[in-house]
Amino acid sequence: MSTNIEIRFTVNGSPRTVAVPPEMSALNMLREVIGLTGTKYGCGEGECGACTILVDGMSVNSCLLFAVDCDGRKLTTVEGVVNEPAGARVRDAFVQAGAVQCGFCTPGFVVQAAHLIDTHGSKLDPETIKRGIEGNLCRCTGYKKIVEAITAAAQEAR
Amino acid sequence: MGIAPEAQVETIAPHEARDAGTARTIEKDSLIGKRIAKLDAPDKASGKTRYIHDMNLPGQLHGKILHSTRVHALIKRIDTSKAKALPGVHAVITAEDVPYQRPLGVSKDHMPLKGDRVRSMRDEIAAVAADTPEIAEAALKLIEVEYEDLPPLYNVAEAMKPGAPVLHDQKPDNVAMTFDYSHGDVVQGEAESDVVFEDTFKLHYVTHCCMGVSGVIADFDSAGGLMLYSQTQVPFLHKREFAEILGIDPGRIRIVQPPIGGGFGSKLDIYPFEPIAIFLAKATRRPVKLIFSREQEFRISPTRQPVLLTLRSGAKKDGTLTFRTATTLHDNGAYTSWGATTPFVIMQTISSLYRVPHCKYHTTAVYTNNPYAGSFRGYGNLQATFAVEQHMDKIAEAIGMDPLAFRLKNAQDPGETTGQGMHFKSCGFKDCLRTVAERGDYLRKHAENIANQAKPERYKRGVGMASMLHVGGGAKIYPSDGCGTIVKIDDFAHVTVMTGASEIGQGSETVIAQLVCEELGVPMEAVTVVNNDTDVKPWDVGVHASRTTFIAGNSALGAARKARDKILAVAAKATGYDASALDLRQGTIVMAGTGEAIVPLAKLLRSLHFSEKADLVMTTHYYEPPSEHQDKGFKGDVSAAYAWASQVIEVVVDTDTGIVKMEKVWGAHDVGRVLNRLGIEGQIEGGVVMGQGYALTEELIVEDGVVKNPAFRDYKLVTAPEIPEMDVTFIESMDGEGPRGAKGVGEAPAICIAAATANAIYNATGVRIQTLPYTPENVYRALKGVNR
Repeated sequence: MSTNIEIRFTVNGSPRTVAVPPEMSALNMLREVIGLTGTKYGCGEGECGACTILVDGMSVNSCLLFAVDCDGRKLTTVEGVVNEPAGARVRDAFVQAGAVQCGFCTPGFVVQAAHLIDTHGSKLDPETIKRGIEGNLCRCTGYKKIVEAITAAAQEAR
Repeated sequence: MGIAPEAQVETIAPHEARDAGTARTIEKDSLIGKRIAKLDAPDKASGKTRYIHDMNLPGQLHGKILHSTRVHALIKRIDTSKAKALPGVHAVITAEDVPYQRPLGVSKDHMPLKGDRVRSMRDEIAAVAADTPEIAEAALKLIEVEYEDLPPLYNVAEAMKPGAPVLHDQKPDNVAMTFDYSHGDVVQGEAESDVVFEDTFKLHYVTHCCMGVSGVIADFDSAGGLMLYSQTQVPFLHKREFAEILGIDPGRIRIVQPPIGGGFGSKLDIYPFEPIAIFLAKATRRPVKLIFSREQEFRISPTRQPVLLTLRSGAKKDGTLTFRTATTLHDNGAYTSWGATTPFVIMQTISSLYRVPHCKYHTTAVYTNNPYAGSFRGYGNLQATFAVEQHMDKIAEAIGMDPLAFRLKNAQDPGETTGQGMHFKSCGFKDCLRTVAERGDYLRKHAENIANQAKPERYKRGVGMASMLHVGGGAKIYPSDGCGTIVKIDDFAHVTVMTGASEIGQGSETVIAQLVCEELGVPMEAVTVVNNDTDVKPWDVGVHASRTTFIAGNSALGAARKARDKILAVAAKATGYDASALDLRQGTIVMAGTGEAIVPLAKLLRSLHFSEKADLVMTTHYYEPPSEHQDKGFKGDVSAAYAWASQVIEVVVDTDTGIVKMEKVWGAHDVGRVLNRLGIEGQIEGGVVMGQGYALTEELIVEDGVVKNPAFRDYKLVTAPEIPEMDVTFIESMDGEGPRGAKGVGEAPAICIAAATANAIYNATGVRIQTLPYTPENVYRALKGVNR
């Protein structure tokens, strides 16, 4: 087995120092080392978006990011997103719009939605939302209520 | 030491609110039909919900399974010694280590661990429990297996040839199952026909793609009791079946169901990974967690049943259907799971969607070395409807009738009993047909598109229509189709509903809470639903057959009504009013006529609890629907209610590339009554898009027994930019048996999509494509007449 590598970063505003194997993904580090299980494994290949997190404000599939590459960075997971007023508005919009069914993909959508609202602000229209969540798969909802939820949250953000 | 008992006693004085000069009135308000947010949504959207993947028990080991690398072979030798020697490995097991294992599945033809022979690439031959998933994975690579290949059977035709290799000794002809049904006399029906068509439709492999992969955690207590954290949709049936497989007392098995990342029927059967995790837990005396990778989810979890369906239908010139004969051939795969039994549903659509005086049905399910199919939302009905609704269009065209008028002429009405014995008490079928036709401007567009077929434009527009019939009031397949509920109300008027029903994301928890709130006049915040522990909740068949709102809803209503009666009786005694003069609103006992508030419910309950004859409000109810078991010929009124839907789809076909764009879907659904509008819209929209994937993008490619595209990169799910515009109308037929009039709807919206798309492509291009999916390549080849 490999030698662990020590890395320092902040997650949801708190500084962390952990030692991780070089082959470990950021997803596994968050879930298994730090215990933040809101970020989900859906495919491990960057195809489903269930593991979406923010790295220095960019939305990233954490399954495709090595844990060691988190060194020196600022990570935000769904737990951190909904802890801020803007993220809480997104979460509440998902609840009110009926955008949650089995819920397994939802944390990834909430993070991506918060990122889209943060990036596009008031210019966020349904077509932009659809393109913005193209990398997130949902098998339950048919996406319609997810788009409606993000539209509503974007309007509130204005 | 706490509060003295007398301090807790609160006496109720009649009219105490009014006497105090604070009289208020509470208007009657209803939750039915409102948009109620799901109770589990806030935690799910916060990443706080703990799915099985997120759970870790102290001392837990990680299980991994070694699957066959051959499609059909004898196992000559398995050497696990190197794997056992790897540090961090706690157990390596093969069939030899579990001589007590018994076969699982519908036909009991499937050993969890295969000892001497493998019959598919998904066969389980050894398993490891280790400290980490990585160590378990490394140990699998150290297991040596020597095979001796046997001749493989890659398709049904080969498997049915005389002299073909036999896959299961007890079935020497490789026929896993057959189904035969008939009513009337199809020979007579055909003789009376002016037009007769026969066509063969080919339906492909797709798979559930639950966003949460399969997994289980097994843990034995020191007395030998088994605790299973399971994703099952049918916990009580599985208690019994696990007991059979493991040879233990079902009473010693407790199943806890953490929230699951999608069901859609995939968790209706026990698959080998579950007993294998239990074997590992037993061998190591430690909790064992076993979770699939996405690749395994594609390769090893069940598929939708692939079907080759030959349909022969006839009609008279006046548009009266005369007969239908359907023959289906099912690739059963190597073992028998629920996919083999989809004829239960397929034959209902053949015999009873429209009035068919003469009908004959036959299915042969044949063993091959391919993947096996399980149950999947719609359960054969997507396949049946695909064939039947294309024939409806074809016959209408041949007799020169418009496709709507032809359907209306043959559509079922309320009060009818079909040849198969299904009795339609509520039936909004014709309303569904007329509604979608009108909202989608179907007839005008249909005629216009035909006129445009010959024009040279690259992009062709088409509309297609299809309808469906599905069980909407349970399905009496098992000895009981019931569900139990326990309601208890505490001293603070907080209501706990223990329901047999399982929540799989569809919103049953919320709709059950809503029905109870409506009955007890308490707000949604006052209710907790407990639905995930077989040691706590009463028996239920499980989540299948679109039954939960209807069956569990009626059960919850029954328990809530008993609680309400008891509360009002206590209130009557305390206040001196007649119980019938009282009502429950917003957690308060009120005068039914004026809404005048009399006493808070919590206070009344405490006065009952802390009285001389101390008592609590705790009620139970078991609901068994008034449906029938089918006889041996599959006749009988198997559901207490039936759901109907019609959909119209508009597509644009790019004739240069074969790309089909689904622009809009109009749906009219006879749901009995809308209970939670938010939830039911979500079911419909999700079902439509799942149907869109089945029709246009998804295909599990199986070549020579091997799944070739086990990843989302190559197995194309619909994404957000591709969804159609959706226009949904609810037809409220107010079913007399349904909870507050509601019927089941879970499977309905996915069923018609492929059929309506087929008709829309034909309307656009004049080319009828009888093989799914309508990928650009397949459509292009069909349009250009180029075969593979």
